[in-house]
Amino acid sequence: MGLLSNSATLLGKELRTEFRSRELLTTTIVFILMVVVLFSFTFDPTTAESRRFGPGLLWLAFLFAASLMLQPCFLREQSNDTLSSLRLAVSDPFAIFLAKVGANTLFLMVTELLMLPIFSVLYNVPVLPELPWLILVLFLGSLGISVAGTALSAISAQARMRELLLPLLLLPLLTPVLVASTEVTVGLMDREPIVQWKGIGFLAVFDIVFLTALWLFGEYLLEE
Amino acid sequence: MTKRLLLGVVALVLVIASAYASFYIAPEERTMGVIQRIFYFHVASAWAGFSAFLICFVANLLYVWRRDQKYDWLGVSAAEVGLAFTTIVLITGPIWAHPVWGIWWTWDARLTSTFILWLLYVSYLLLRTLVEEPDRRALLSSLFGIFAFLDVPLVFGAIRWWRTQHPSPVIMGGANSGLEPTMKAVFFFSAFAMHVLMVFLVLERYNVEKMSDEVDVLRRELETA
Amino acid sequence: MNSFKLPPTGLRFEKIDKRYGGLYALRRVTFEIAPGECVVLAGRNGSGKTTLLRVASQIVRPTAGTLTFPGTGDGAARSGRPGYVAHTTMVYDELTAEENLIFFAKLQDVAQPVARAEELLHEVGLFERRTSTVRTFSRGMRQRIAIARALIHRPSVLLFDEPATGLDPLGIAWLANSLRELNKAGCTIVMSLHGESEISSLATRAVRLDAGAVVGDTNSGASLRSILNFGGA
Repeated sequence: MGLLSNSATLLGKELRTEFRSRELLTTTIVFILMVVVLFSFTFDPTTAESRRFGPGLLWLAFLFAASLMLQPCFLREQSNDTLSSLRLAVSDPFAIFLAKVGANTLFLMVTELLMLPIFSVLYNVPVLPELPWLILVLFLGSLGISVAGTALSAISAQARMRELLLPLLLLPLLTPVLVASTEVTVGLMDREPIVQWKGIGFLAVFDIVFLTALWLFGEYLLEE
Repeated sequence: MTKRLLLGVVALVLVIASAYASFYIAPEERTMGVIQRIFYFHVASAWAGFSAFLICFVANLLYVWRRDQKYDWLGVSAAEVGLAFTTIVLITGPIWAHPVWGIWWTWDARLTSTFILWLLYVSYLLLRTLVEEPDRRALLSSLFGIFAFLDVPLVFGAIRWWRTQHPSPVIMGGANSGLEPTMKAVFFFSAFAMHVLMVFLVLERYNVEKMSDEVDVLRRELETA
Repeated sequence: MNSFKLPPTGLRFEKIDKRYGGLYALRRVTFEIAPGECVVLAGRNGSGKTTLLRVASQIVRPTAGTLTFPGTGDGAARSGRPGYVAHTTMVYDELTAEENLIFFAKLQDVAQPVARAEELLHEVGLFERRTSTVRTFSRGMRQRIAIARALIHRPSVLLFDEPATGLDPLGIAWLANSLRELNKAGCTIVMSLHGESEISSLATRAVRLDAGAVVGDTNSGASLRSILNFGGA
């Protein structure tokens, strides 16, 4: 009945559903791959330029992919009105959000980690040396994208033109994540890699602010 | 004269007075010349727009808490007026930049952040057009409005810290640093005038929204009768 | 169905309003259901039956008014949320019957979720199909898994929205029997029905809604038949 045990049960269900069909993961990975490849046609990927522009394009690709991947999040709860049965079953509606945020962050990170070696090869940018730090910034950035994305997907699921609406709402909102994540990643992929603590701290602040907002207002997002 | 009409007249007088002050009372700026005078209009609009968004945020919070329709009317009114002022900021920015630096857009931190702010509130209004049921529309847009406003300081922070590394012309060049006393007085007067105008516009828009809602209710009652 | 007595719990609607835009789906609905009653909600399409049931299940928040669950002793506190069966199954198509029930049991902190899920699968006659995904179920089977989900936490109040829809006579007979057993075990049942059938004969009380307002109640002396009279004016 507690928040954490409910969230764990719900997270288990989200993961089981996805790993059974793998439809979200496969379509997202293919989409990011296409975007990254297409981006590489828009400039000359010499090593110097790649290091400067690559990370930004990579994060932009993640952002676009996420804004598509997050759409089914609440839409799939509509076909059999399972959102209602979930709301009836859990003691704290925030558990529904925690589980979905957790699942979405995990899915995003899986696709990002799979993309990393491909990106490294296509753009001639080394990713191994600073891998732990890269994973940290991928986590903090993906968490920010998930928190905002899950909240907004609950909103867009209740509106018309939801396929176009979610990216429209989400992309401007995630500008800080895009900027900060890109900065930290550029620092890590530089010839002399540095860890931008300011950026990491900033991403953590973003995550905390929006998780708190979701905690405070989540139940209203689900209200009927 | 009704109070609303009086407020409108006062707002108009103040705006005209501040325009006069910007052109004739404030001294000419050394390096930029006449075009710099747009600064009074540009920054004052920015402040008025931001205040409008702050009103929208408070209205959104009140709606989620109280579920009184009037907070929804206030929210949408403040958002639209805020967006109008923000549009003025985004237009006067390039008008200022071009004669001075020869380029239309300078990627100045504040202007860029203002652009994102503009996009956020355009999304807010767009969301409203895509939800038909009024109570749902009010709730969903209030919730998005709250998230959007919480995002604003993060947007400004991120862009200020990381998108002004390359030297770029700073449009507002320290609005409050080193402003000559007369200039400062003219600026604050302009800001005040813009705020009065903003309040007048929000109230007018609020009344329109209120009446439009009442018409809708009447129409539905007729349809189901 | 249940081998023990449930703590009796009733429902009280006080001046419930539900507004969607300018339209009132429910207007000042006020009545009380005593613990253990079996009540039919009657009314034409659009009269507000579904909305009232969704308010009773606490899925929908009323625009005004209060909903309470008066019980004898600590019945109200123990009963938890009502069980609710709607038009949709409210379970996951891509999970098996078993997985669905265990999932909902765990969420509601039911003791020994796996055993409880099996027990219910037996009771609703789906044990043989427990490892099939709900997507493969027929209409009758979907109804049964929906009922199993609603019963998983042993609720004292059960809400059914047109439960007989889409069921063949065998299904209806099974449903009538299950409802009879549940009511005997002390469950308060509220169901909205479309027409007279074996199921409506279980009712001890009926309330009629029209345009969101209560227009008839057997408690005020009207006969069950007149309240249920769907064909009449």
